[in-house]
Amino acid sequence: MTAEQTYDTVDMMLNMGPQHPATHGVFRMVLTIDGERVVDVTPHIGYLHRGSEKLAENESYGQVVTLFDRLDYVANLNNELIFCRAAERLMGIEPPERGQYIRVILAELNRLASHLLFIGTYAIDLGAMTPIMYGFRERERIQNMFESVTGARMMHNFIRIGGVKEDVPADFVPRVRALLDDVERGVHECDRLLTFNEVFLARTRGVGVIDVPTALSCGLTGPSLRASGMAYDVRKDYPYEVYPYLSYKVPVGENGDCWDRYYMRVLECYESLSMVRQCLDQMEEGPVMAQMRRIARPPKGEVYVHGENPRGDIGVFLVSDGTDKPYRVKVRPPSFCNLVSLRPMMRDAYIADAVAILGSLDIVLGEVDR
Amino acid sequence: MRSKPVQLAIAGVLFVGVGVLVAVFTLALALLGEPDDNVTALTAGKLVIALFALLTLITTLGISLVWLERKQLGRMQGRVGPTRVGPFGLLQVVADGIKLLMKEDVSPSSSSKAIFYVAPLLVFVPSFVVWLTIPLSEDLVVRSLDLGVFFFIAVSVLSIVGLILAGWSSNSKYAILGGFRSAAQLVSYEIPLILGVLSVVMVADSMRFTDVVNAQATVPYIALLPLAFVVFFISGLAEVGRTPFDIYFAESEVVGGPFVEYSGAHWAIFFLAEYVNTFVVAALGALLFLGGWVWPFGDLGQVPSVAIFLGKTYFLAVVIFWVRATLPRLRIDQLMNVGWRLLIPLGFASVILIAVQRFYGWPTWTLTLMSLAALVVAAWVQMRMQRKDAVATAQRYAQRAVEVQPSRRRPGPESQQA
Repeated sequence: MTAEQTYDTVDMMLNMGPQHPATHGVFRMVLTIDGERVVDVTPHIGYLHRGSEKLAENESYGQVVTLFDRLDYVANLNNELIFCRAAERLMGIEPPERGQYIRVILAELNRLASHLLFIGTYAIDLGAMTPIMYGFRERERIQNMFESVTGARMMHNFIRIGGVKEDVPADFVPRVRALLDDVERGVHECDRLLTFNEVFLARTRGVGVIDVPTALSCGLTGPSLRASGMAYDVRKDYPYEVYPYLSYKVPVGENGDCWDRYYMRVLECYESLSMVRQCLDQMEEGPVMAQMRRIARPPKGEVYVHGENPRGDIGVFLVSDGTDKPYRVKVRPPSFCNLVSLRPMMRDAYIADAVAILGSLDIVLGEVDR
Repeated sequence: MRSKPVQLAIAGVLFVGVGVLVAVFTLALALLGEPDDNVTALTAGKLVIALFALLTLITTLGISLVWLERKQLGRMQGRVGPTRVGPFGLLQVVADGIKLLMKEDVSPSSSSKAIFYVAPLLVFVPSFVVWLTIPLSEDLVVRSLDLGVFFFIAVSVLSIVGLILAGWSSNSKYAILGGFRSAAQLVSYEIPLILGVLSVVMVADSMRFTDVVNAQATVPYIALLPLAFVVFFISGLAEVGRTPFDIYFAESEVVGGPFVEYSGAHWAIFFLAEYVNTFVVAALGALLFLGGWVWPFGDLGQVPSVAIFLGKTYFLAVVIFWVRATLPRLRIDQLMNVGWRLLIPLGFASVILIAVQRFYGWPTWTLTLMSLAALVVAAWVQMRMQRKDAVATAQRYAQRAVEVQPSRRRPGPESQQA
């Protein structure tokens, strides 16, 4: 550096969002940029705040399930499941086994749908147009299946406290098997198109690296944490429902970059497919709903229940005062907690990387803002 | 919905319409005659007619690419593309155009109005002016310049000015980022583009398009100069901002770059210029490397030769759209790396190989060999960089995955019976 810098430069503030195609909803990132380099990032949230937790205090336990549908709106059934499990734990009831199987099948199918959406939108973030069409096509099949089971494509309100609303249709098992074959082909198609694409690798390898200690201190969970190299999966470490009956793999990465976070989700798609197949093999006839009072009225007490959502570790802290409405519902949304690690990941990033990093966290704003 | 025969008939009429446009253009050229130093009202009038015919023809060909791209991307993505307006959605582009012209033309209150409205023209005009010297067939060219290739390069660079001004005058942060990106990108990729074209010029010994095409009567230059073609094609993609290089208007980063604040007719002009530029790159590839209107089985006359040229051009356009359906977008620093560290050395390698071949008078097939060898080495080095490591990593992850065995056995049907 021989030439003396005789002029002053100022960093530019770039307001990315709340209306920006790459922020996946109404998320706002204030980037401080020096040319194409990101110097600092300040996330702003709250544009989608609906006060779900407070609303839940004025609804009966059964009605709260519908509020949970609307938290992570691309993985509705996983959310329903977590609240129902919390309420059941409080009431001390155990859903019948067939009900649990149906729940796990639906939750894993929803995880697949969510991951397919991620693969598609992530490709869009990086400028590839085709995978989102493939991803949506397969997600559409899954949603059609949901529609035939629950009557709704997204806001199902199907998983109830004590089991599920009703038994699945008679031809459920063969149809899901056919669906799984189709979806597996679709996942494989996206995988082949994107995973080892030169440009995709150049854009994601070594970008947004985060190590395990930093990730843990930020509260990162789910596939994003596993990408850094820690095999933490609630299904494995704190098994619930019928997960202990299943054999599966928990994919673990080592670099903690965007590509690893992407690839963990691709691998999880294959694992979810295998889990659903196992559930279909093991499922037997029987009741789907536990014997319980029509209106849930848990005894006084409090409980914290957590489970594995597509985006990470979702937790519900539920306090009951003995009435038919919860006294307090506190959600630990994985997207919100994962968002904390945005700033450490953005170190030395370019503007284009900022998009890639945010996309790789796979946030859903309905859950971040609640 | 109209019946199938009617739809086919309308499509046929549209197709014939393009032919009519070509015919009108031919007539206008005949009317124009040879260049004349005495500019009279008559020659000026003839010129206006010829240019108007050219403008109409090029606009039609340009927007035909919009339809082609939407249809092709649709097919590649498991969709059908436009189907509603006109047969096979052919008139969708027209409907969109009318919509854009009717829209309110909004400009930011803090923009520099004069520059803001001139910038689209600065992008639009060069993309049409280059057609003055691009021949559609042996005789179908406004002016067959001796320095036609040079003229093309000189004029096509001008559109950068329009992009920068559009970005600057919009007074928007995304627009200015896009404008700077376009400046960096287009200036760097101009060099390999020129080197690719220069390779052809060296072999053909002429800068006149018709000479270059006629020199390919036996062997198209793509067979002779694969390296130069790859360099030309990749930098051509970057020149017109096509997908892996659509960085300056990247939808998911700078939301449209220099065009972000434009609407209505002004945006439509940018849009049209983009597709005409794509057509220019495809046409240039067809002329310089695929042999233009030359058909290996003898001379066919005027009409088939235009069709052959357009066919080759559309083929290259299809390849460009195919790339778009496949690849994500590069980052700005990677774009610069590809340009300066890969394409420019390769371009120089191509030029030097040809110079050596010409100097020692080696047979031409040695060019193919040398060029291919350089290409293979470059491709191998490039592939090795990321892919091998990533595949190994993926295999390691598949093995490293933590296996979870069933911790408790569900009571099976047998145990229940027992």
